[in-house]
Amino acid sequence: METPDQSFFHSLTAMESSGALSEALERITKSTVSDVNNAMERLPVAWPGFLALLSGPAENHLDEIKSLAKNLTAQRFGHTVNLYIPIYLSNACINQCAYCGFNSRMDIRRKTLSLDEVGLEGERLFNEGFRNILLVAGESRKDTPLSLMEQSVRALKEMGFVFVGLEAEPLGEDEYRILGEAGLDGVTVYQETYDREMYARVHKAGPKKDYQWRLGAPERVAKAGIRSVSVGFLLGLGEFCAEAVALAAHVKYLQKRFWQTSVSVSFPRIHQAPAGFELANAVSDTRLIKLISAMRLFNPDVTLTLSTREAPALRDELFGVGINQVSAGSKTSPGAYTVIGSESSAGEQFPVVDERPPHEVAEAIKKAGLEFVWKDWDKNLRPVA
Amino acid sequence: MDNDSLEIAGRKFSSRLLLGTGKFRSGQLMAQAIEASGSQIVTVALRRVDINNPRDHIMAHLDPSKYLILPNTSGARNAEEAVRLARLARAAGVSDWVKLEVTPEPRYLLPDPVETLKAAEILVKEGFIVLPYINADPVLARRLADIGTATVMPLGSPIGSNQGIRTKESIAIIIEQSPVPVVVDAGLGAPSHAAEALEMGAAAVLVNTAIAVAGDPPAMALAFKKGVEAGRAAYLAGLGKPLEQAEASSPLAGLPW
Repeated sequence: METPDQSFFHSLTAMESSGALSEALERITKSTVSDVNNAMERLPVAWPGFLALLSGPAENHLDEIKSLAKNLTAQRFGHTVNLYIPIYLSNACINQCAYCGFNSRMDIRRKTLSLDEVGLEGERLFNEGFRNILLVAGESRKDTPLSLMEQSVRALKEMGFVFVGLEAEPLGEDEYRILGEAGLDGVTVYQETYDREMYARVHKAGPKKDYQWRLGAPERVAKAGIRSVSVGFLLGLGEFCAEAVALAAHVKYLQKRFWQTSVSVSFPRIHQAPAGFELANAVSDTRLIKLISAMRLFNPDVTLTLSTREAPALRDELFGVGINQVSAGSKTSPGAYTVIGSESSAGEQFPVVDERPPHEVAEAIKKAGLEFVWKDWDKNLRPVA
Repeated sequence: MDNDSLEIAGRKFSSRLLLGTGKFRSGQLMAQAIEASGSQIVTVALRRVDINNPRDHIMAHLDPSKYLILPNTSGARNAEEAVRLARLARAAGVSDWVKLEVTPEPRYLLPDPVETLKAAEILVKEGFIVLPYINADPVLARRLADIGTATVMPLGSPIGSNQGIRTKESIAIIIEQSPVPVVVDAGLGAPSHAAEALEMGAAAVLVNTAIAVAGDPPAMALAFKKGVEAGRAAYLAGLGKPLEQAEASSPLAGLPW
């Protein structure tokens, strides 16, 4: 039984009710050039410094902040960037998320891979050199039961992938444990927005409406002994600074409470949402760079991930600037790597902006003075503690 | 000095600088740095290399006839995982030497003394040459030596931190008490840190980040080589004792004033 102070949901609620969240936002608003300079003086930055780096005046020092983030990333991770690629298991979904291409009300071709098709997709990517896979699915217990996830994870591990992650609906601790036993190494669960009102507004129907269940997922992942959990918010939904503060608090909470769990952060940004969805808080490149750099300077040891949602030029600029893990060559619909008959046109979750094939991304990483790393894990390292 | 070799498990090495292979910009640069360092022992993270792939971006640059390849169990959270990794490396014909790393906490990568001791016991019994990475704990160092590890490798400061030797007093005790070579590993950020370890009587040092992340890794590797050589030479020459007061180098005793 959890006591109230034992979950991030309660911790965030306390931050809101005590005024700590408003105070943090006020601090960002009131930050001066001098606060930004002070923040850069002592690395890693403490909480006040993190807030200053999110401020307006920080934008005038962006090059300097980026440079510090780059140095700290090199110090911690070396001149390397890890590569991963998603495999979409299914785009079947019973949720109605206003911003998502899998929204159950969207008229798209739905497709769930069979185990053989998972094998085909995996084989193709394995032969290209990938060793880190993120298995992605919409939310539909009917189409993607736990057993299919479990078998898919097992099949991919047996194929030789050294790291298999999952991005699907939030599961229970016991379910995560089952997947861990099957070989699951990591789970990605974005809260999408930490703002409860916005959350209710954009998640119109389906089990995803349960804010608290989703927010508790990373904790259940950690309790199940899974090695790695990745969190984030969808940039463009809630107010940028409030989301950034909540995310940073979330990461620190997870690190403190689950000392053996590796926490990573992703920065998925909405560029193009389904027709009729108005983006309330579009995030500029400058703000994205600011957040990535601030997160690195605040938390030097956290893996920071950037997907193919972003344009090649921006990704090239950010390789090594905080970012130490990227996807490459991604397709965001089920079966898209192996073009399974006419069903290759299954609906995609979001449009890929960086469409370069993996070897071109690898070249760009090289050009940035970094080494791309296909493998940074081993099948002999057990996923479950 | 010519006969002053480092001896580990009956094998002699002229260099007292061990190198890590992670974090480099490229395999070529890593190879150049290793060459410049004069190192004869290089450690590779089993989780990073594809040991069955001859074109692996790290292994392809390491000539096993020239270097002792020291696989490490980086990433292992417990004894079981570390042992499994070590066995894998041996089965693949890489080496029966292993740098034992058991680090359950992913941020500071500090070694777990309980699981390290447990893994070391198993591996030594299985005939591995075990070089365990430990916190600077003199009692643990003794216990590991007692069960038959080939060295002990206490950390100077957290891995990759460049902070130098922050555990000096404990390392001094380990050096004084250890029946096996003491290799200071982790946190050494400058050649002067390496020199300091050797001056203290450490048998060797292991360096990775400070060289790999330097602007010019081969040049930094050479600087470390010189630092290690200077530190060792000073240790052998016998360092003077620091005094509270000045002591004239041209004494005035016997003069009429």
